[in-house]
Order: sequence, then C-alpha cells, then structure tokens
Amino acid sequence: MRLTDEEKGMLDGIEGPAVAAAMDLLVRYGEALGCGHLCDVRNVAGTMTQLSPVRARLVAEVGWDRAFAVINLDCDDDFEIPPMRVATCGTIPVRGEHCAWMESSAVIYANSVLGARTNCEGAASTGAASLTGKVPCWGNHLDGNRYGTHLIDVAVRVDDFAEWGMLGYFAGRLAGEERPVITGDIGRPDLPGLKHFGAAAATSGGVELYHIPGITPEAPTEAAAFGPAPVPEAIRYGADQRRAVYQDLNSQGTSTDVDFVLLGRAHASVDQIRQAARALDGRRLSPGTELWLMVPRALKVIADRSGCTDIIERAGGKVLADSCPAMSRVPPLGTRVFATDSARQAHYLPAILGLEAWFGTLDECVDAAVTGRWRGHLRPPGDLR
Amino acid sequence: MVILRGRKVVPGTVAGPALVSHEAISGCGGIDPARGLIIEPRHELFGQSFTGKILVFPGAKGSSAWSAFFQAARLMGTAPIGMIFTRVSTKAALGAVVTRVPTVTDLDADPGQVISTGDWVHIDADRGVVEVTPAT
Repeated sequence: MRLTDEEKGMLDGIEGPAVAAAMDLLVRYGEALGCGHLCDVRNVAGTMTQLSPVRARLVAEVGWDRAFAVINLDCDDDFEIPPMRVATCGTIPVRGEHCAWMESSAVIYANSVLGARTNCEGAASTGAASLTGKVPCWGNHLDGNRYGTHLIDVAVRVDDFAEWGMLGYFAGRLAGEERPVITGDIGRPDLPGLKHFGAAAATSGGVELYHIPGITPEAPTEAAAFGPAPVPEAIRYGADQRRAVYQDLNSQGTSTDVDFVLLGRAHASVDQIRQAARALDGRRLSPGTELWLMVPRALKVIADRSGCTDIIERAGGKVLADSCPAMSRVPPLGTRVFATDSARQAHYLPAILGLEAWFGTLDECVDAAVTGRWRGHLRPPGDLR
Repeated sequence: MVILRGRKVVPGTVAGPALVSHEAISGCGGIDPARGLIIEPRHELFGQSFTGKILVFPGAKGSSAWSAFFQAARLMGTAPIGMIFTRVSTKAALGAVVTRVPTVTDLDADPGQVISTGDWVHIDADRGVVEVTPAT
C-alpha cells in the first residue's frame, strides 16, 4: 500500500497506539483486497455497541477498551480508545461522497439511491475508519466499478412494498455480488419500496449497487447505467419468475398456526409505521400471537407522538426500538412459526432462530396476527390491492 | 498433487483437509460461530462443520456482519484454519483478516473445480501457492 505522510505518521504511532492499530488493520485489509491506497472518509456508519455473545463475554472479561480493540481493530494490545475522529452515525451522504458504512441494506441504499460511495464494510473496518478517517479506496469507491452488469426487464407490474421485495430477492439471486439494472413495468418507486428491494437483493445475493434508469442518480438512461460496456441482453422477470420467488420465500413453513408477526427489517420507515397502525386500528391480536414492529429510536419518537404506538399497543402489538430478533436472537418465548412482510427476515430468521416462516403483504401479516392463522397467497400479477 | 498459484490475502502457511462450497457463503444467518457449522437451510453445506478445515468457497454474500461472524468463530475456537476464495470482496477480505488464517485468492484455476471436500490442502500464502493432494 502507498501511504501518505499523514497515514505513515498514524501507523508509526504519532497519534497514539489506538490510531496506530487502526492504521495497521487498514493496511492489512487493503493488502488483502489488493488495493493500492486509502481514501478520506468523513462519514462512517458502524456498530460499536451491538451485543453478541462473544462481545458480551469479552467486555465482561477485559473491559470495553480492550473489547473494542479486539472486535473493532483486530488488535490484542491493551490501550485506551480515544474519541472517534469521525462520528459514527446519523449523517446522510451527498452524491459521490466516500463513506465507510456497514449494514448491507444501508450500503446498497447509500450507493444506489443516494449515489454515495461505500463498500460493505464490517465492524473492524468501520472501527478503524472512525479512528483514522480512512478506508481502502477499492471497489465501489472507483468509477469503473459502478456500472451495471445485468439487465432485468420487469414484465409484471411492480409498485408496492411486497412486490419490490420479491423483485429484489430475484435480482440478488441473479446478480450475486454484481450490479443489476432494473427496467420495465415499474411504477415510480418510493423509499420503502427501494429499501425493501435493496435489503432483499443484499440477502439472496451480495448486491451493493443497482441502477434504475431515470430514477437512481447515476443512471439517467439505460445506456449510462452500463457506462462504456454494451447493454447486455435483458433477463425477464415475469409471472413465472415472480411465482418462483414467492414459493422460494414461502418454502420454509408447514404449519399455518402463526405465533409471531414481525414487521420492518432492518427497521420500518415512517410510512410503514403509519400503514401498520392503520391496519391494526380497532383490531385485537389473537391471544396466542405477538406482533412486533421494529423501528429506529428516532422514529419511535415519531411513532409515539403521532399516536401510532398507541394504536398498535391497543391492538396488542409492540413497537420496539434499535433491535432486531436476527441480532438479539430473541423472538417471543415459544415462537415456532412467524410471518413477516420482509423478504430479508423470511430469509434469515429460519436459519438464525430455527423458525418456520411465511412471507406476504403487510395486510396478510396483520390478518395472521389477528386470526392466528396464515392465509396469505400469491395475488395475480398486477393485482395490487 | 496439483499446484495452484495465486496471491496472498492473509500471510502464513497451513495444511489441512478441504471443505469445498460451490455456493457463496453468508456470515450472519449462514454460519453458527458457537458450533462452527454452516446453518443456511438451503445451502449445499448445510449442517457441515468448517472447524479445523480449509474453507474453499467462491465468495461471500449477505450481511456486512460476515467478518464479525468469522471473527466470533476465531474467538470461540471453531474457525477454519485457512481460506481459499475466488471473488474478492470487502466481506471475504476483511473476514479472512480478522479470522487470522492463511488465505489466498486469484488462483490460476477454479479452486471449486480443482479441489474436492476431503482433499489435503497446503497453503503457502506468502508465495501464493496451494498444493492439493486428492483424497483417495
């Protein structure tokens, strides 16, 4: 790696042992990537506090600073962790801004919808970036790696939340770690739709960047989405492909006795909170069924103040902030069968928690919560109400 | 014996039996670090242990917690002892770094075709050389 004088100084310990360890990790990581240099970042989104069994044990045994060094800097030395050079939350990047973000569904949104530039970083690389303001200049940071690789022609109408999730699951399977471009019979997507599309594509595959010509910022046209390369032959997403995705997501359940309904993944947006409240207003959950809506803490305030939390709680549901059963590994006690409106949760929770899963629309999930039964089915293509 | 040449991802030398995946591997929802197992229900290696093996796989998929899950496997003593992968990504590269095991990529033949589960594999990551002795 070619380091600047500033970076060499950090590596040599001018700014203390924690920054030196951070720079050492970035050099090892950059060399592992085959990357020649670092770039400056002022926008880091990582996690330093998320509990896992290993981290909890480390913190108990050796204290927070040494646990941070091991988990977030891959270093076994004993030193104090200084304040972060770069704040690790809360800022929306502008187009073209270099970032170091983790959380695969946030990364794909930042790259594709906002036009910022971030790889899918991990706990260690965001930890090191937060102390140095540097990250390997590789992958999505470079112009030549941001053009589309696959063209998907949507032949069935996609313009609601569940449909965007299924299309995303299809796109991830198809494109793997590459970059799909979506054209065809899509409405003007909204924020929840694009969030669901990206989260699903980053689950069935490793997609970190996609383009929708005329919608996303780096693809004014289909040709621009592919840059200097010719536009490839389109792959069709029609009724057959849609049905296959639906069946795939719904192949993990046999019992229709639903004891847990989970909405929002990673977290619900304001629109989804309002829709959930509207669907639950005046209804009452089945005695054997729990319903959780997962939200970020800032939106919990909005849910509380807008009355949505009251409506959901009156129905017997819960609005939970800053968590997710996939990370906490804690579903309601005794859960065996769950239903979700998130393709991402339907994919992950059977593996992580050993649950049976049903995937469907928000209304189908609320129906399951109220009746205790899964009665969802694949609607005819284009039938969105 | 078959010899493959590529480049170092994480330095070091190691030898052991191969566990070969032809599908990308997920960290979160893909492996259980406590038991050292592949746990993705529809994965070709579902239920298999990677502990003490050289993990051969085409690439990393899924959550950005990939590296954290393999790091957790290292801390719990269930990690693979080496890695060979085809598609370089931030997840796989950082994952190999924090797992702290000899790792190579960019090999001159597809390791998923050349290496079979159970073959004895020797990695000299600094020289970028992999020696494969087929299981008999």
